[in-house]
Amino acid sequence: MWSLQNIADKVHDWLYLTFNPTLAMLFEFVIIGALAIGLFAMLGLILIYMERKVSAWMQLRLGPNRVGPKGIFQTMADTLKLIVKEGMTPDGADKLLFHIAPFLVMIVAMVVLAPLMFAKGFQIWDINIGVFFITAVSSISVIGVLMAGWASNNKYSLLGAMRSGAQIVSYELSAGLSILAVIVLTGSLKLSDIIASQENGWWIFKGHLPVWIAFVIFIIAVTAETNRAPFDLAEAESELTAGFHTEYSGMKFALFFLAEYVNIFVVCALGATLFLGGWMPLHFGTNTQFNKVMDYIPSVVWFFGKTFFLIFVIMWFRWTFPRLRIDQLLHLEWKYLLPISMINLLLATLIAIMNWHF
Amino acid sequence: MSFVKNYIGEVWGAVKSLATGMKLTGQYALRHKKEKITQQYPDNKDTLKLPERFRGEVVLIHDENNEHACTGCTACELACPNGSIKIITKFDLTPEGKKKKAVDTFVYHLDLCTMCNLCIEACPTDAIKMAQTFEHSVTDRNKLIKVLNKPGSKIREGVEEKKSQ
Repeated sequence: MWSLQNIADKVHDWLYLTFNPTLAMLFEFVIIGALAIGLFAMLGLILIYMERKVSAWMQLRLGPNRVGPKGIFQTMADTLKLIVKEGMTPDGADKLLFHIAPFLVMIVAMVVLAPLMFAKGFQIWDINIGVFFITAVSSISVIGVLMAGWASNNKYSLLGAMRSGAQIVSYELSAGLSILAVIVLTGSLKLSDIIASQENGWWIFKGHLPVWIAFVIFIIAVTAETNRAPFDLAEAESELTAGFHTEYSGMKFALFFLAEYVNIFVVCALGATLFLGGWMPLHFGTNTQFNKVMDYIPSVVWFFGKTFFLIFVIMWFRWTFPRLRIDQLLHLEWKYLLPISMINLLLATLIAIMNWHF
Repeated sequence: MSFVKNYIGEVWGAVKSLATGMKLTGQYALRHKKEKITQQYPDNKDTLKLPERFRGEVVLIHDENNEHACTGCTACELACPNGSIKIITKFDLTPEGKKKKAVDTFVYHLDLCTMCNLCIEACPTDAIKMAQTFEHSVTDRNKLIKVLNKPGSKIREGVEEKKSQ
């Protein structure tokens, strides 16, 4: 059967047979880099189009429908516009930090892709601390945001960046604790192990109440971590014009914009892996007829289907809820999400120890 | 213990209200094809359907006998916040030989009008209404100063009596 794993293995074998190992590894690096950049470009185009269409549906509008059939080339036209635009640098800006910041945010989003499993056996780097790696590296992006806000020499940018810092640091806690709920049930930080443990049912079905609560908290926390509405205080357009990227234009602005969407993709992919089984098809029990039917759908379709479902949910949040105030935001995290996820972690541990899950 | 009860109650209430909001937008997303409100304007010029209360410009309603209901009371002129309406009155002679106030020229400055609807609300005889036309662009500013009563039109019989009741 067709699968990404076969293709990857064939390319790998051919490279190692034709060249010496060092050269073959270098070629693999290049291929992976090209694929990652290609994925980024595709994600940017698809997710921005999707966002505009989803928002249009929820507001009973049409959305982009002029450029190309059903407006599918609208984001390409926008990208072209951003490429030819002049990248302005303010006079009082800290030039070095100002120019590095968008690339730092982008690189962080790119590095986080490494442990993600896109399909059965199709993964860049299967490290044994995969989940830890993602949570650790993804919090570096706050440095990029702070750099951008500070270097812009603009009070709106600085305010936005400071808010973003407070927000990401706070919500990292409850996101981490809700991830831990699944980790204690699985007993491994390796993403391939976590997916393998869901072969007889996804954790959301197997784990009872604690996993449900953890899933809800995870979705709320990652929405805040990626600076999405209703937690988009970092850019709160009605108060701070555009927050930390007020002074950015042209391609540097586009990088921030793209990084936001790639971050959404990454956290949704992580959520899909932990709670919805990653590339694992919908299974109930072991060796049933239903499982065999489900296995006919390629694993890459399962992975992207679940990820895009979660992305849709996060977009759904954005076009439903009003933005929180900064004190309400921190109130929600420290008084509600954090205590609940701590108690929830205890519950999950109890279930793991007593073996109450299926 | 009441603290814990309140706490759980608050969380439950919050989850419930968020779910209510998401249900609404989710339903919109599902039936957007049927209910979409965007008009693809230049493409659907022939089938364009505007909402009932759309305010395009003020018109004086004339019936088939070229009669209107305007008594020339200038209530609309007084109600207009920015002087878009100017009513020039005249005195008609009734069959009994009495003088009666009537509208001579109903001048309407579309270029000043903000479509606030106050004149329509002020009118005691419902003689004027908001029309649904909106393609108002002209090359000469003077074309925006309109005379609303058609030439030769006169007041409908019985409007005055209804007003005084």
